[in-house]
Amino acid sequence: MRFTLFIWRQSNKEEKGRFKKYQVDDISSSMSFLEMLDLLNEQLINKNEDPVTFDHDCREGICGSCSLVINGVAHGPERGTTACQLHMRSFKDGETIHIEPWRAKSFPINKDLSTNRRSFDSIIQSGGFISINSGSVPDANSTPIPKTIADKAMDAAACIGCGACAAACKNSSAMLFVAAKVSQLSSLPQGKAEADKRVLKMISTHDKEGFGSCTNTGACEAVCPKEISIGHIAKLNREFIRAAFKSDLNL
Amino acid sequence: MLLDGKIPPGNLSDKWSKAKFDMKLVSPANKRKYKVIVVGSGLAGASAAATLAELGYNVACFCFQDSPRRAHSIAAQGGINAAKNYQGDGDSVYRLFYDTIKGGDFRSREANVHRLAEVSVNIIDQAVAQGVPFARDYGGLLANRSFGGAQVSRTFYAKGQTGQQLLLGAYSSLSRQISKGAVNMFTRSEILDLVIHEDQAKGIVVRDLISGKMTVHYADAVVLATGGYGNVFFLSTNAAGCNVTASFRAYKKGAGFANPCFTQIHPTCIPVSGHFQSKLTLMSESLRNDGRVWVPKKKGDKRPAKEIAEDERDYYLERKYPSFGNLAPRDIASRSAKEACDAGLGVGDSGLGVYLDFSSAIERLGEQAIKERYGNLFHMYEKITNENPYKVPMRIYPAVHYTMGGLWVDYHLQTTTPGLFAIGEANFSDHGANRLGASALMQGLADGYFVLPYTIGQFLADQRPLSQSETGELEKSGQDTCQKVENKLNKLINIKGKKSPLQFHKELGEIMWDKCGMERDKKGLSTAIEDIGSLREEFWQNLNVTGSKESFNQQLEKAGRVADFLEFGELMCRDAKEREESCGGHFRTEHQTEDGEAKRNDKDFSHVSVWQSQDEKAPLCHKEKLVFENVKLVTRSYK
Repeated sequence: MRFTLFIWRQSNKEEKGRFKKYQVDDISSSMSFLEMLDLLNEQLINKNEDPVTFDHDCREGICGSCSLVINGVAHGPERGTTACQLHMRSFKDGETIHIEPWRAKSFPINKDLSTNRRSFDSIIQSGGFISINSGSVPDANSTPIPKTIADKAMDAAACIGCGACAAACKNSSAMLFVAAKVSQLSSLPQGKAEADKRVLKMISTHDKEGFGSCTNTGACEAVCPKEISIGHIAKLNREFIRAAFKSDLNL
Repeated sequence: MLLDGKIPPGNLSDKWSKAKFDMKLVSPANKRKYKVIVVGSGLAGASAAATLAELGYNVACFCFQDSPRRAHSIAAQGGINAAKNYQGDGDSVYRLFYDTIKGGDFRSREANVHRLAEVSVNIIDQAVAQGVPFARDYGGLLANRSFGGAQVSRTFYAKGQTGQQLLLGAYSSLSRQISKGAVNMFTRSEILDLVIHEDQAKGIVVRDLISGKMTVHYADAVVLATGGYGNVFFLSTNAAGCNVTASFRAYKKGAGFANPCFTQIHPTCIPVSGHFQSKLTLMSESLRNDGRVWVPKKKGDKRPAKEIAEDERDYYLERKYPSFGNLAPRDIASRSAKEACDAGLGVGDSGLGVYLDFSSAIERLGEQAIKERYGNLFHMYEKITNENPYKVPMRIYPAVHYTMGGLWVDYHLQTTTPGLFAIGEANFSDHGANRLGASALMQGLADGYFVLPYTIGQFLADQRPLSQSETGELEKSGQDTCQKVENKLNKLINIKGKKSPLQFHKELGEIMWDKCGMERDKKGLSTAIEDIGSLREEFWQNLNVTGSKESFNQQLEKAGRVADFLEFGELMCRDAKEREESCGGHFRTEHQTEDGEAKRNDKDFSHVSVWQSQDEKAPLCHKEKLVFENVKLVTRSYK
């Protein structure tokens, strides 16, 4: 297979970027998308040109490093798939492919296709945890948790923190990311004690980091590689409204 | 090199309690005066950094990824062992201890392994309290599955994402401490060397991967939680960034490196599909609970699996190991797969694959039940291979997955360099010559949550904190080390040869897989040592690193890691050559029984081989004798 690629090149955060055209030939349909980029980079190195910088690590769809907008869609054309798990068989021979980094104000570009997602860590640091210290905990089976609730918490917890949700959103809202964590922890009995404080703090940090508001377009759910449902945003809203009322009334 | 394991005296089951009581404490008011550096933010690193901060130490944590949540522990699928005996099926701390010692082919320390089994139960409590959504039964209590090398169900799991969920648990505790200011987190920061001052580890040299800026960080103790070195084989199940640099730099600076040749080749990975392949993907061992492994009985049988009748199939694990069947330990399952393929019975285009077939489980339990257990794994398999495993059997082949060897540590997890600790996969301590499934998560978290936070106090209590000391001399040696690292980076950039770091890495991987992989022999290892030497020479003359050192430069990162792998690979081959026996994952073709099983030599090799670097000369091999007071050394049998 052969492809014409238009790749976003930008040497650092400050500099202005632009698309640059490349041609790749001899691509096998069972290559992953990132392996295709590896091959391009080897060609560039041979010509002593600067290879394309992109984030990747596990290459099995779980670490959340890879973050490419492919033909205008975060993580590319396959649903429920990270860019690293996307294979070239999903494209037509001879196709032109546009590759961009995440586009969101809160994810500034480091270089080329790599962005800075520290804002996501800040959101978790503001409350995405249960406040317990190592060792001072009860036996794991002391509180039975109905399977349906445990399974629901697991569905939310599957989030890999890649940022596709915010990159796909026209408002650059990271509400699906926040909702996944809030929903996981507030469904479980262990997480209820600080549920109110958690949701208020996480939303406040989300806004401070410059992410926009949610207008329920569902674009996030469509690109989420772990197919996390926007139903969790509904739960987040309920948690948030309840907590906000209670804090207004000093309850 | 003095190898004092510092194993506490007394009965096996009392050693850890006694050690904890005997250890010196640092008073709460003094803890904040001590600074501890933790390198790595996987299960071991994140749990250690969080716990040390909770205790009151001043912690700095470093990772090369853009967030601590992305460390490769995240990719562990199947589960975590713990001796909870929630299933009432006869499990106990002693049984977990025994299974682990036996699984490791009697090449690990009794006391360390027993402690691991003891604290395993605390890990599950800890994770549940953090909100880790483990699988549960309808009654609301925790569910278990069985795993290779055990006859009880003691593995806790969260779908096929157990590593992810446990890591996110540890990451949440770490995040909480970061928000309190108790941990200073440095992301996209790679350790390139250690600062050793007056024979003690006192800091690290770090490169900021975005700006290229070099900095030196000082501390009262340095903890390496930098994972394993499976990527020395190039193709492995490790993440692209996993590397040996931190451990190898520690070794070059004097820390002993233990059993480097002990590598785990995991039996259930997706076979290689082409020369462009950048990594191998694991399919969790838990699949062997319901999948049956087979190959056609007839050589070169290329018919589709469903056309091969029952009596034309060889379910070779069930045949050879009737009591463990498809759940034989990893080393045995891997080697059996290789044997079948070497005999021409392999399946798939390359002939390097065996079937893992779920049809009888789907018939018995229904597709929905299988989907619930392994849905995400089946999905991943289909993504990669374009085949539907609900309809046709999976094809699997062994791949490098984990490294049991690592920095030598004593019972306190301290290396031979005072002040330098190693935890998780980075140390050698608990898995002997073969790790059992679902034990890596257990060990990483045991070290980080429950062992190191105690043992490091014993060391620090005797130290005058840096925060209250004159540090002029130390800073001089720190700057000196930093300068040497910069010189090396300049050297890498200025070679301006023809070959990329990736090409060198691939070539090294081929040598390692060929000569130091699933089977090894003396002649092959000698050749490998020579070949690696020549490749290394070529590397320093013909490497091409584009870009500059003062910018975000992924080629330079890769080149530095490959440079260390090129030296480390040789050390592995030396170790494999020196160990004239077969045990666990280390199979020397010269040492096998008549029916092709590993033949251990307890008389001469019941020891840990610890390598000491000697600048230009060949490294020295020291031995720590393994003493077994509680278990009897037997030939491992899973028949």
